[in-house]
Amino acid sequence: MTDARSVEAGSLLSVRGLTKYFGSFAACNGIDLSIAPGEIHALLGENGAGKSTLVKMLFGVLQPNAGDIVWGGSSVSIGSPGEARALGIGMVFQHFSLFEALTVAENIALSLDPRIPLAKIAEEAASLSKAYGLPLDPNSHVADLSVGERQRIEIVRALLQNPKLIILDEPTSVLTPQEADRLFETLFKLKAEGRSVLYISHRLEEVQRICDRATVLRHGKVTGACDPKQETPASLARMMVGADVAAVHREEAPQLGDVLIEAKGLSVAARTPFAVALKNVSLTVRSGEVLAIAGVAGNGQGELFDALSGEYPVADDASVSIRGQAVGRTGINGRRLLGAGFVPEERHGHAAVSDMSLSDNLLLSRSRSDRKSFLSGGLLSVIRHDAIRETARRICGEMDVRKSGDDPNAASLSGGNLQKFIIGRELDRKPSVLIVNQPTWGVDAGAASRIRQALIDLARAGSAVIVISQDLDEIFEVATNIAVISEGKLSPSYPAGELSLERIGLLMGGIHDSTRHDQSAQAEAALAH
Amino acid sequence: MLEAILLTIITASTPLVIAAAGELVTERAGVLNLGVEGMMIMGAVCAFGAAHVTGYPVVGLVAGILGGALFSLLFGFLTLTLVANQVATGLALTLLGLGLSGQIGESFVGIPGVKLQPIVFPLLSDIPFVGPLLFRQDLTFYLSIALIIGVHWFLFKSRTGLKIRAIGDSHGSAHALGINVIRTRYLAVMFGGACAGLAGAQLSLVYTPQWVENMSAGRGWIALALVVFASWRPARVLAGGYIFGAVGILQLHAQAFGIGVPSQFLSMLPYAVTIVVLIIISHNRRTTLINTPACLGKPFVPDR
Amino acid sequence: MRIELERRGSASPLFSVISPILSLLLTLVFGAILFWLLGKGPLSALYSFFIDPLTEVWSLHELAIKAGPLILIAVGLSVAYRSNNWNIGAEGQFTLGAITGSILPVLVPSWHSPLVLPLMMVMGMLGGALFAAIPALLKTRFNTNEILTSLMLVYIAQLFLDWLVRGPWRDPKGFNFPRSLDFSSDAVLPPLLDSGRAHASIIFALLAAVLIWFMMRYMLKGFEVTVLGRSERAGRFAGFSSRRMVWFSLMLSGALAGLAGISEVSGSIGHLQPSISPGYGFTAIIVAFLGRLNPLGIIASGFVLALTYLGGEAAQLSIGISDKVTRVFQGLILFFVLSCDTLILYRVRIIFGAGKTLAEGKH
Repeated sequence: MTDARSVEAGSLLSVRGLTKYFGSFAACNGIDLSIAPGEIHALLGENGAGKSTLVKMLFGVLQPNAGDIVWGGSSVSIGSPGEARALGIGMVFQHFSLFEALTVAENIALSLDPRIPLAKIAEEAASLSKAYGLPLDPNSHVADLSVGERQRIEIVRALLQNPKLIILDEPTSVLTPQEADRLFETLFKLKAEGRSVLYISHRLEEVQRICDRATVLRHGKVTGACDPKQETPASLARMMVGADVAAVHREEAPQLGDVLIEAKGLSVAARTPFAVALKNVSLTVRSGEVLAIAGVAGNGQGELFDALSGEYPVADDASVSIRGQAVGRTGINGRRLLGAGFVPEERHGHAAVSDMSLSDNLLLSRSRSDRKSFLSGGLLSVIRHDAIRETARRICGEMDVRKSGDDPNAASLSGGNLQKFIIGRELDRKPSVLIVNQPTWGVDAGAASRIRQALIDLARAGSAVIVISQDLDEIFEVATNIAVISEGKLSPSYPAGELSLERIGLLMGGIHDSTRHDQSAQAEAALAH
Repeated sequence: MLEAILLTIITASTPLVIAAAGELVTERAGVLNLGVEGMMIMGAVCAFGAAHVTGYPVVGLVAGILGGALFSLLFGFLTLTLVANQVATGLALTLLGLGLSGQIGESFVGIPGVKLQPIVFPLLSDIPFVGPLLFRQDLTFYLSIALIIGVHWFLFKSRTGLKIRAIGDSHGSAHALGINVIRTRYLAVMFGGACAGLAGAQLSLVYTPQWVENMSAGRGWIALALVVFASWRPARVLAGGYIFGAVGILQLHAQAFGIGVPSQFLSMLPYAVTIVVLIIISHNRRTTLINTPACLGKPFVPDR
Repeated sequence: MRIELERRGSASPLFSVISPILSLLLTLVFGAILFWLLGKGPLSALYSFFIDPLTEVWSLHELAIKAGPLILIAVGLSVAYRSNNWNIGAEGQFTLGAITGSILPVLVPSWHSPLVLPLMMVMGMLGGALFAAIPALLKTRFNTNEILTSLMLVYIAQLFLDWLVRGPWRDPKGFNFPRSLDFSSDAVLPPLLDSGRAHASIIFALLAAVLIWFMMRYMLKGFEVTVLGRSERAGRFAGFSSRRMVWFSLMLSGALAGLAGISEVSGSIGHLQPSISPGYGFTAIIVAFLGRLNPLGIIASGFVLALTYLGGEAAQLSIGISDKVTRVFQGLILFFVLSCDTLILYRVRIIFGAGKTLAEGKH
């Protein structure tokens, strides 16, 4: 490791004892960090470790409660993003700070000097985006752009201010592997120009590949500073998580049984102007199988979930069937009665109501399927609160849900604990079909591994499981078979062992093979190689 | 005859156009202020009072604008600072405005008002037909036209207007970029209040220059419908305002002619037309979704 | 100075109780200032406004007469608002309920039967519910905003009533006054006690409040209302239909407003006339919020708002201020309720000067 002092002396940015409280909770607690000119510096940590809070303080969105920020040798206080930009700090947000109703040029103009005319901004954005290999049309509306293109806007917006330091928050989580490679080239170009990059990620191999140094956070504190190329993924993971995360176990050749859920030529028109239409989607999942559906965000995952769950039934009854029964026109509760369970992507306001208790949230998905045990009084449908509370307690115990109080509001749980509850709520019914959208999005590593293991165990016990995910690591961890969704079209499914990362990346980018409806094993095997 | 009818239509449409133009800016910033009726009636009573006391209708006009803007601050404080429900607070503003104006205006009842006189453009006003209609109007008419042009320019050409549209589209993103969401929204709310106040002033200084309790008679609500009708575009506010104004006037003339329909049913027309127009404009969910500011009515608490 | 909010982990039960009381206290303070501005002794004015009406038996009856429709309407509105359907046209549904409920006594005055009253009540509820079904239809079918349509329908209902009592339903022997025949005794809700005029509407109101409270607290239907109101998407996930909820909540609130309308006409007025309500439908919105959208809370807040009506009338007589002060009071109450409700969901910090706050760092 390089001597910390010598680096700090010539550092572009250094941070001492930076602390941020939300109420009584310390999101960042005495953080030290220094970034040298012309380096790509990784900020590693799990969800909830305080990475986003830290960079929001560096970008002036949040104000620290204590600590110093030293920029180019002098102490500064960054009161607003405008001040950060003036210093030479650019930021690419994880949840993009873009405006869908506005054009690309207008989006960029909002963070620039108001005296520069819009036409000039459009011109500069176009030429800059060409120079860095990030093609963009300044006059298109953001709503019409893909996730990758949106990220380019954010990067171009940051670059237009000629920053000395550019912060990227989990930039590859929304990209295909190929798009990520292209992003890395851009980052190397920036580095060659002498700019620094603060690269936030929880993907270890990426960090090892492109970063010069790394700072690791856990529970709001720095737990390590290292050269990631000298470390192993295991040692980095230990710094991030604090302990070894239980590896997920699964059988190599699971026993597959009957087809439990099937979609045949499922097509759904886009419901809103911002939605994706499903085009002729076909899939079958057998008992004992985990079908993982990979894809970049915004390619129809939510729409596929809606159609399979019956939240939005489809016109063609035969296009979806569960356990041999056509259910295309059946609503979600009808499908639940056939033994299906569902876990949507968005926890707050979809899978759960934030300001309702856990027991109420249990009733949310099971008022019909568990009518007998949860309701009484015949037509009056009187809620048996104690029976429900008892079941909620049992689920929390089984899934190790950490909570304050007996039956707290869903909002008071951390993302990981709420997700464990939501998954446990369905597992508790022993569903024969389970469809999960982004099961571990924004969830800490411990909870994620527990959830993945639970999904595999469910399949092993004879259920059919569909996991829709953007996380390729997760997909390879849980999948028996893998299919890829792109622009509302679903590829054929391939056995997990026969699919390379590159191949998935190409499929995610929308490059489908000509034989996509030919599901014969030979064709799949041939294509996979 | 036609000229006289068109003149009254212009006078009846002007307050709708003014109030809706203001509310449009407020809603473009993502704030749904249902208190237009209350702000309008407050503007009307302030304007009448100030004009009555000073004898200058222009002073009344200014008082109406200030009254509406100050009254809207109450709404701003509740919904922006205290994050109260915007729908409920807007209703509260209307109820309080109707009550408060009745109390303030109690001593004004029955007093003859001071009428805002037309501004006569020399030569232009002598053009037959067009002259009296367009060049012999009072100040509020010219203001209403200037307002529509100004609001259009402001929203779509100025950088501050861009900020307002951005905040209405995503207050979270705007905050992350360093735009002061709350302050900008306060200004947008006050602009809406000022316009509603001006519209009220027009009622008590031009349309019927006297003070009558509840004299806004639902015009604030019609202005709200007008914003939806206009799909949040200023030019369409102008067109819609004149359609609504015309319906109101034509039913009055129909009553005078006695066309055999009971007067009550004719009086229902402006309200019924509002409903029909809302149906026509809203039934296409897709276009509504595209046009509505995405954050309209949603609460915003910045993290610090 | 600025005000910062910090979201609580869950709603504060303490402030749920304190908030309505605090808002009433603030209203009293502002009321005192208002009276002082009007040149009246604040304390004596407040006394004659809020205490005097409670000191006599007959005025307690009047209190019940005013509280009945307010509670009935507000209980219905609370269900609509909790489900996120903003019916603000209760005044119109009240009016239409009064009209449809009056069909029997006006058109068939010669029919005498104990069935008349119950039928009138049912027809009143039906009229209110069907009138509220218009915004429901428009919202579900054409996606129109129910706030605007339900409000426009208020004007239409009032004009319709005006036409009826000046036209086809005018009492031919009524000296050309715009009013219908007086209802026969079979069509009049009798007084509950000999000591005053209070009639069954307050009983209907209490009954409705308790039933709706039970529904919201213990029945799946109430759960459905709450879930759909908090998050339509989560409701869909639960298999609840937001479309059906629009119909249910609007028609329920319309039915209760209609019942309030016909009870008022049958119990307090005795005939139809152009104006049958001192704005009950709008004041009930305030009642609903002051009662924190909880039917039991609404019982209490209904009496409070009823008192402002009586107080206004009393103050007009005793200290000579206009009864318009009533509406100012009512508006103020709603404002303070909405402001104080912030305390339930947020911790409020007032920060003087700029810069980093000490209060935050101390934890």
